[in-house]
Amino acid sequence: MNKIAVIDYGMGNLHSVAKALEHVGRELDEQVEVVVTADANVIAGADRVIFPGVGAIRDCMAEILRLDVGQIVKDAIQTKPVLAICVGMQALMNTSEENGGVKCLGFLDGEVRYFGDDLRDGDGLRLKVPHMGWNQVSQTIDHPLWKDVPDNSRFYFVHSYYVRTQHQGMVTGVSRYGNDFVATLADNNIFAVQFHPEKSQTVGLTLLRNFLLWDGTV
Amino acid sequence: MALAKRIIPCLDCENGRVVKGVKFLDIRDAGDPVEVSKRYCDAGADEITFLDITASHEGRETTVHTVEAIASQVFIPLTVGGGIRTLEDIRTMLNAGADKIGINTAAVVNPEFVREAAERFGSQCIVVAVDAKRVSIDDELPKWEIFTHGGRKPTGIDAIEWVKRMVSFGAGEILLTSMDRDGTKSGFDLELNREVSRAVQVPLIASGGVGNLQHLVDGVLEGEADAVLAASIFHFQEYSIQEAKQYMAAKGIEVRL
Repeated sequence: MNKIAVIDYGMGNLHSVAKALEHVGRELDEQVEVVVTADANVIAGADRVIFPGVGAIRDCMAEILRLDVGQIVKDAIQTKPVLAICVGMQALMNTSEENGGVKCLGFLDGEVRYFGDDLRDGDGLRLKVPHMGWNQVSQTIDHPLWKDVPDNSRFYFVHSYYVRTQHQGMVTGVSRYGNDFVATLADNNIFAVQFHPEKSQTVGLTLLRNFLLWDGTV
Repeated sequence: MALAKRIIPCLDCENGRVVKGVKFLDIRDAGDPVEVSKRYCDAGADEITFLDITASHEGRETTVHTVEAIASQVFIPLTVGGGIRTLEDIRTMLNAGADKIGINTAAVVNPEFVREAAERFGSQCIVVAVDAKRVSIDDELPKWEIFTHGGRKPTGIDAIEWVKRMVSFGAGEILLTSMDRDGTKSGFDLELNREVSRAVQVPLIASGGVGNLQHLVDGVLEGEADAVLAASIFHFQEYSIQEAKQYMAAKGIEVRL
């Protein structure tokens, strides 16, 4: 039995990610159980943990602190593979400039920045914010979660803020929207994605399959 | 490397069946929204929009089950709209597996509803759907007004002012339908789309009037839309999603192939 805990701290719709994991589990020849929960004991008993997040970072961090989700994530990071998605990824960093500046968990070294109100592409054309839709991800490091995912595949994004870090060694994938930005990060048994794999059709499901099979080593 | 323009097939559904364009389809399975959604997803649709036009309360139960069935098999974004009036309606559809919720008449009746919805569920899942009709005459500056109830009821609200207001209230995306063009197959109202696209920072989905693939191209290049929505040209099976994307790519538009 492969038990996946999706951490539920009340922020957003976790049904999509749970349904996608169940779908991938059915396609694999192994028993997969997906639990959407905030219960620290249940999460401690899971084989793998998903740390999701949508909406504003201030609200997310408030709930993370209120429910002591930071400690749950910290414990998980020490013992098992963890996949952080969208605002879940952003919450792992030091700070975000959203909502006038919000202190985040600081488990990964870097910051979360706004795309800007007057974002333009290389030809000077205006780019809408949020960055919403399918964009290409260039794989900068070979990683088990990229197995069978073609380089420069398009994933589904929806976000107005992005991660920036000095540690190029942590960056596993980059995208471009006005500027290059970090699409995915990895640090030991953490893999973090700005896009939504559960909404990214075949390539997204492949990445989730890789996560279900990943032992947390690189 | 750039963000792709999206192609969004739209399913108008009544009591659990796709109704728009249904007479053109093979009668065996064509009316099942789950089958149709899967087919579009496999063909490369970037998102699915499901518009519920069911009037009865019992029928809405069916809609929730249909959304659940689609969401458990289709792993691309799913927008659900039609008859959304309360925060509870939104929660029900999100729990059923919708990713975004379209709000139309309820926003006009009570604009604060959009603010509350965005605050509760996040702007990323709130799509304000706008039905606009041109009200200026030929030599005047162009002007569009918001209509509700499927284009029958005028509101006196200026379309451009309205979308700006909705975005300031937290709308994460605008789904704009030209009532003059809807069902005509004569192409989008490009001027309307361009004005709206330039007025707001959030993405714009153009809708209403697509009759051929060049109309999709025009919607992006001239209407400055970030996504194009169509129903009958795909239900018709006159064009496939892949053909549409290849046509757009050949015209220099970034698409997900």
